[in-house]
Amino acid sequence: MFEVIAFYMFSILVIGMFLIVVFSKNALYSMSALAGGMIFISGFFFLLDADFLGVVQIIVYTGAIMAVYAFGMMFFDTTRDVKENIRFKKIIYGLSILSAIFLIFILLAPVYSGKIEALYPSIQGVGNIQMIGLILFTKYLVPFELAAIMLLAAMISGIVLVKIKMEETPTDIEVARGEK
Amino acid sequence: MITLTHYLVLSGILFSIGIVGVLRRKNLLMLFFSTEILLNAVNIGFAAVSKYYGDLSGQIFSFFIIAIAASEVAVGLGLLVLWYKRSGTIDLDSLQMMKG
Amino acid sequence: MEKYLYVALFAPLVGSLFSLLFTAQKKNVITALVTSGLLLLSFVSSLSLMYAVHSDMIIHVKMMDWISAGNLNLPFGFVVDNVSVVMMVTVTLVSSIVNIYSMGYMMHDKGYNRFFTYISAFVFSMLILVMSDNFIGLFIGWEGVGLCSYLLIGFWYEKDTASWAGNEAFIMNRVADLGMLMGLFLIYWQFGSFEYDVVFAHIGGINPAVVTTIGLLLFIGAMGKSAQFPFHTWLADAMEGPTPVSALIHAATMVTAGVYLIIRASALFSLVPEVGHVIATLGAFVAVFAASMALVNRDLKRIIAYSTLSQLGYMFVAAGLGAYWIALFHLMTHAFFKSLLFLGAGNIMHAMDDELDIKKMGGLFNAMPYTAILMAVASVALCGIYPFAGYFSKDMILAAAFNGGNYYIWAALFIGAGMTAFYSFRLIMMVFFGDKVYKKLGFHPHETYPFVLWTLLPLGILSTIAGFFEHPFEEFTTRLLSKYDFSFSHTTEIGLIFLTLTFVILVVLATIYKYGRGGFSKQIETMPLYILLKNQYFIPKIYETMIFRPYYVLSRFAWKQIDVRIIDFTVDLIAKILYLLGQRSRKMQSGNLSDMLRWMVVGIVVLLALAIFYRPGM
Repeated sequence: MFEVIAFYMFSILVIGMFLIVVFSKNALYSMSALAGGMIFISGFFFLLDADFLGVVQIIVYTGAIMAVYAFGMMFFDTTRDVKENIRFKKIIYGLSILSAIFLIFILLAPVYSGKIEALYPSIQGVGNIQMIGLILFTKYLVPFELAAIMLLAAMISGIVLVKIKMEETPTDIEVARGEK
Repeated sequence: MITLTHYLVLSGILFSIGIVGVLRRKNLLMLFFSTEILLNAVNIGFAAVSKYYGDLSGQIFSFFIIAIAASEVAVGLGLLVLWYKRSGTIDLDSLQMMKG
Repeated sequence: MEKYLYVALFAPLVGSLFSLLFTAQKKNVITALVTSGLLLLSFVSSLSLMYAVHSDMIIHVKMMDWISAGNLNLPFGFVVDNVSVVMMVTVTLVSSIVNIYSMGYMMHDKGYNRFFTYISAFVFSMLILVMSDNFIGLFIGWEGVGLCSYLLIGFWYEKDTASWAGNEAFIMNRVADLGMLMGLFLIYWQFGSFEYDVVFAHIGGINPAVVTTIGLLLFIGAMGKSAQFPFHTWLADAMEGPTPVSALIHAATMVTAGVYLIIRASALFSLVPEVGHVIATLGAFVAVFAASMALVNRDLKRIIAYSTLSQLGYMFVAAGLGAYWIALFHLMTHAFFKSLLFLGAGNIMHAMDDELDIKKMGGLFNAMPYTAILMAVASVALCGIYPFAGYFSKDMILAAAFNGGNYYIWAALFIGAGMTAFYSFRLIMMVFFGDKVYKKLGFHPHETYPFVLWTLLPLGILSTIAGFFEHPFEEFTTRLLSKYDFSFSHTTEIGLIFLTLTFVILVVLATIYKYGRGGFSKQIETMPLYILLKNQYFIPKIYETMIFRPYYVLSRFAWKQIDVRIIDFTVDLIAKILYLLGQRSRKMQSGNLSDMLRWMVVGIVVLLALAIFYRPGM
C-alpha cells in the first residue's frame, strides 16, 4: 500500500516538475524544477531497492550537474528571455504525441518474462551496494575505468573551453602561440 | 500493486516530455535540460527492469548513464559558454553556419 | 613426373606474368631473355615427359576441384599421353624458336615487352588446351589462345587494318565457338561429365543421332579455329600481326587446335563415319580452294597464309577419314616447315622495310642467301618432295584418301599438291631470283642478325629429317589412337607415290622454268579466272553485303530505337527522379539545429512504428 501511494505521488511530482521544465519561460524556474524532479526520481530508485543508484542520483545530478548548470547560467544573461518563435507547432506536438503513444504501446505490450534470465541475480542477504561493487569491479571493470577517463577528459575540456578569452577566436589563439 | 509496466509507462511519459522539450524550446540551455530528462527517463526504466528481473546489469547501466550525463554537461556547457561569448546569444536559430 | 608436367605448363605463365610487369616500361631485353629461358625450360620438360610416355607411362593429375556446385563437378586435371605430348613438344619447340627469333625481329618495336607477355600467355593457353583432361579445360585454353591471337593480330593497334583484322578474327571465332559450346552442353547433358575418360567410355550407349550432332557441333568449333570454309577469311587478314605471330599462332600451333580437337575426340568421331566424311570433304575442298587463292596473290604473307589453310584442309581430310595419327603427323611436320617459311618471310620483310608485295622483290638471293636456302628447304618440304618432311606426311594423306575409296577427295588433294608446288616456287622464284626490282624502288636489303639465322636452323633440320620418324611416330601415337591400315597392295602404293611425286616435281620444274624466263605476261591478269581468284572468290564482298550490311542496319536500328528510346530513356528517367528528389530534399539541410532535431524525432517515430507494425515471418 505504501509502495503504491509513494509511486503515484512521486510520479505526479516528477511529471509536474518536468512539465514545468519544458514549458516554463524563465530558465531559472526551469532549472529549479529540474533539480526538484531529479530528487523525486531518486525516490523511485529507493522504491526499486536501488539504494546506491538513488544516492548517486542525488549526489551527482542534484549536487554536481545542477550546480554546474547553476554556475554556467551565471555566464548568461538569463533575464533576457530567448525568443521562442516556434514554427510548425502542430508538427511538434503531433510528433511528440505519436512517439509517446508508440512508446507506451510498446511498453504496455506483454513482456516475455519467461525468456529473460538474470545475468547477475542479486543474492539474498547481500546488500545492494555490496553487489554493485562486486559487479562493477569484476565484469564491468573496463567500462568503469573508461568512464573514469572519460570524466577526466570532460573535466579538462570543460575547463579549457570556458577559459578561452572572450575577444579571441580559437584561430587568434593559435596565431598568438605561433602555431600558424 | 505496482508492476514493471507502471514504471515503464512512467518512463515512457517522461521520455515524451523530454522529446517535447527538445522539439519546442529554442533556448540552448533548455535543450540541455530536456536531454537530462530523456536520460533520467531511461534510467528509471533500467532500474525498474533490474528490480523486476533480479538482474543488477540494469543498475550498472544507469550508473554509466549518469557518468555520461555528467561529462556531457561539462563539455556541453563549456561549448555553450564559448558560443555565448562569441555570439552573445544562446538562441538555437543562431546556429545556422552549417546551412547547405 | 608430375613436377615436369607442372613445370612445362606453368613456366610460360610465369614468363608471361614476369614480363607483364615491364609492359609499361621501355624496351627491356630481360623480358625476352626470361621468357625465352622459361619456354625452353617448358620444352625440355615436355621432352622428358615424352620420354616418360614413350616408356608406357601416362601421366594423369588432378590439380584441384575447380567447380563443385550441385550436380556439376568439374575437376581441373591434366593428362599427358601419346597425343598431347606430341602437341606439347611441337608447341613448346616452335614457340621457343619463335620467341628467340622475335628478339631480333622486334628489336626496334616499342611494344617489345608487351609482345613477349602475349607470346608466353599464348603458349600457356595452348598448353592448357592440349593438356586438359576434360572438355572444359580444353575450352578454356581454346578461348585463351583466341584471346592471345586477338591481342597479337591487333598488336599494332594504332593501324586501323590491324585492329580490324583482330576484331574479325575474334568475332569469327566466337561465332564458331557457339557451335562448339552447344556441342559441349550436349555432351554434358548426355554424359553428365566433361572428362574425356568418362565421355569416351560411355559413348557407345548413346543414340547415334545425338553423337552425330555432337560431332558436327564440335566440328563447327574446329572449323572456326582452323579457319576452314566458310570461316576462312580471318586467317588471311590475321597476317596484319607481327610475322613471328603468324608463324607461331597462325601457322604452327593455334590453327591446328581444330585438328587436335578432332584427334582428341577420335573415339567420338570414329563412331560416326558420316561426320568424318563431311569433315574430309570439306577439308579436301579447302585444300584446293585455299591453294587456288594462293596462286595469284602478290602478298608474301598471304600466300603463306593460304598455304596454311590448304594444309589444314589436308589434316582435316586425314582426321575425317579416321587416319588420326597421320593427321597428327602432318600437323607436326607442317608446324616445322610452315613456321620456318613464315620466319623466313619475316627476314625478308625485315630486309625490305616491311614491304610485302613480291612483285617489288626479286633477286634477293644475293642479298640474303641463308634465308633463301632455309625458305627453299621449307618450300620443298611443303611441296612434299622426297626426302623432306612434307613428303612423308602428305603422301600418307593422299594414300589414305585413295584407300578409303574416296577418289574425288584424292583427286582434289592431288590437284592441291600441284597447286602447292606452283605457288611455293612462284614465291621462291619471284622473291629470290629474277630481276632485281627492289633496286629501282630504292631498297637496301641485308641479311638479318646471325643469331636469328641460327635459331632457324633447328627448324630447317627438322623440316628436312622429321619425315624419317614416320614409323616410330606411328608406333608411338597408335598406342592411343586407332590404327589405320592400308588395304591396297604395295604396287599400288608405289604407283601412287610415284605418280604424285612426278607430278609435283614436274610442276616445280615448270614453275622454275617459267619464272626463270620472266613469268607470265600481263595479259593473264585480265582473265576472269584470275580476277575471281585475285578477289578471293569475292567471298569477303559477299560477306560484306550479305552479313555485315544487314547486321549494321539491324545494329543501327537497335541503337537508335531500342537503346536510345527505351533503355537510355529509362536510365535518364531514374536519374531525373533522383535529381528532383535531391532538389526537393535539399531543404532538409537548413543548417538549423531544431529542424535537424525534428527530423531526428521523425526517424525515431518511424523506427518505433516499424518495431510495432513490422513483423517479419508472421
